[in-house]
Amino acid sequence: MEHGGGMAGDDFRPRILVFSTVTISDIGIDMAGSSHMHYPPTAISIPLPCSSGIRPEWVLYALTHGFDGVFVAADGTDCPFLPDCTDRTAKVMERAQNLLREHGLKPERLKMAAICSVCAEAFQRHMKNFFTDLKKLGSPGKAG
Amino acid sequence: MSTRKIGVYICYCGGNISDYVNCESVRDAIAGEEEVKVAKTTMFACSDAAQQEMIDDIQQQGLDALVVASCSPTLHLFTFRGVAERAGLNPYLYIQVNLREQCSWAHTDVPDQATEKAINLVKAGIAKARLTEPLIKTRIETVPRALVIGAGISGLRAALALSDLGLSVFVAEKSDKVGGWVAEFGRMYPHDRRGQDLIADLVREAGLRENVHIYTHAELREKSGSVGDFTVRLDVKGEPVTLSVGSIITTTGFVPYEPASGEYSYGTDGVLTLTEFKRLLDGSEGGLTYRGRPVDTVTYIYCVGSRGSSQKDTPNMYCSRYCCNAAMHASSLAHELSPAVHQFHLFRDIRTYGKYELLYQDARQKGAVFIRFDGEDPPQVEKSNGRFRIQVKDMLMAGEELDIETDLVVLATGMEPRPNQALNDVLKVPVGLDGFFKEIHPKLRPVETVIDGVFIAGTAQAPRNSAESVASSLAAVAKTAALLKKGYVELEPLIAVVDPETCTWCGECVGSCPYSAIEKISFGDKEIAEVNTSLCKGCGACVPACPQGALGVKGYTDGQIRAMIDAMMIDMVEASRG
Repeated sequence: MEHGGGMAGDDFRPRILVFSTVTISDIGIDMAGSSHMHYPPTAISIPLPCSSGIRPEWVLYALTHGFDGVFVAADGTDCPFLPDCTDRTAKVMERAQNLLREHGLKPERLKMAAICSVCAEAFQRHMKNFFTDLKKLGSPGKAG
Repeated sequence: MSTRKIGVYICYCGGNISDYVNCESVRDAIAGEEEVKVAKTTMFACSDAAQQEMIDDIQQQGLDALVVASCSPTLHLFTFRGVAERAGLNPYLYIQVNLREQCSWAHTDVPDQATEKAINLVKAGIAKARLTEPLIKTRIETVPRALVIGAGISGLRAALALSDLGLSVFVAEKSDKVGGWVAEFGRMYPHDRRGQDLIADLVREAGLRENVHIYTHAELREKSGSVGDFTVRLDVKGEPVTLSVGSIITTTGFVPYEPASGEYSYGTDGVLTLTEFKRLLDGSEGGLTYRGRPVDTVTYIYCVGSRGSSQKDTPNMYCSRYCCNAAMHASSLAHELSPAVHQFHLFRDIRTYGKYELLYQDARQKGAVFIRFDGEDPPQVEKSNGRFRIQVKDMLMAGEELDIETDLVVLATGMEPRPNQALNDVLKVPVGLDGFFKEIHPKLRPVETVIDGVFIAGTAQAPRNSAESVASSLAAVAKTAALLKKGYVELEPLIAVVDPETCTWCGECVGSCPYSAIEKISFGDKEIAEVNTSLCKGCGACVPACPQGALGVKGYTDGQIRAMIDAMMIDMVEASRG
């Protein structure tokens, strides 16, 4: 399990790594910005071609190198590459959560939701909610 | 030790970024980074002057990587790749950082934190740029021939247009006759020409062209190769026919919605779909009759099988868009046959867009009565004394209940995607939730698919009328011509790559690839996976499938992702911990 010792409390601003996708969810995240829809600035994106291409090891790496949560802004059914992108991404994320457990990290530090190219509000809501949830969890500390 | 020389440009975007992000702080935070040789702020990075300054810096200082932190890559990725190219730098040594949509505009309320985030974004961009490598697009010679699948009005018209452009065309039609649905139509709006005459003209013209070959009883069985140079195998009347084509246009059409048994009493004699009623009208002369008896009243019910209205388990949520117009036209034809016929149109909404509004006006002027019902409380249809009794609540009369006696009930049925799993398995073109073939972008790339060189048009893509179908098929022809007339295509190099040292050939990646782009090859004394560069789309689905971590996507390598994560940590660790 997580060893504790991480930050918590009012000053704690959890850092969220967002894996977004170049053609779909990045467009939705861009739209949130274009609409000046505020979300925690500690959420920061790395865009990839498709959410099914995220290595579980990257999730673990992020959470053991300073991030408090990882959010996968998945292509969902809009994926231009794969009709079964959601299922594939979900399976990879299940593997990632198992990997987190193996390393004593809480699987709820990894969240996934489909963010379409006009899903600005959904993205903002997910970021705010995840930020709040991670604030309660605290930082993972020196786990695993 | 790395020897990279990176130029970094931080854009104000005329205040769009600099009003909320302290661009000088960002520049100062990264100016001392190892390998950053140039770090500048600029009012508009996309301006001609700023672009020229970058070119000068690249050439004078020998920069070998370029980072521009400005707006979203959707706006200017290609602009700055072009800058790199003009300066003699490989365009894939350019990295764009999104400081506007994903930073300044999203965090206008907390400028200090926006600046912290901007620093981390730019640092991550630099980390990625350090690990860029020059990439070369693959060039493939194209074959000046096209395959059109489906010989309806869209496919036939596309074939003639391709022929006009000097491209040879093969048309593969699954059924035993060409012409599709339009070949069965009588008079069509607005020219009043018969559908079968339109098709006959197209077929006659195709017969005169030496470079148009139409196969009936023909189905696509296999497709190999890639954009510009496909090999396809057709099954034509049981015999295999192998063709070499540069592109494929898919115009496989639709099937009409078949109501569930009992849906508005469908299945009872006298309840017809729009298709069946149109056939009745086309075959009638000297008055509208049904089974030998004159028809006194026709009642149309709209949106059957569309917009969530269906008794089936999975109703179609889309509007079929052609059925309002087609029902109006049918109403007009019915009036011509029997001017005394009473016609009631029970509708949810009328969508006679554009010039079809005239059909709506015409129907009303000829005495048709329009009654709006609530989709949640649809009309009830029951057989009564050889006729039908319809009960409907008129929404425009405060829900007043009306009883209509009618001879015929016409269900304005929509379009559904043609079930075509075998073809889909060969083409590998994604379908949307509605089951129709899906384009890359509805506005900007409306007939292209993620399978380069495979185009979609007509009602295989979405419900449309014949005019709209032909317009889209001609758009597909234009895209085909743009592809094949040039003589070659260049393929994006951001595709998967195998590390031959790490790969132990377990085969996991093969099953994960939706494009059959991975094959087994010999490498020294072992077997490894290899990516076919002309088939790979760079989705990366194979990357997490590899237990050895031997697969990566160029531009998104394991090293780059980890380096970006590391770079994002540097300041934020302090910042986020207050």
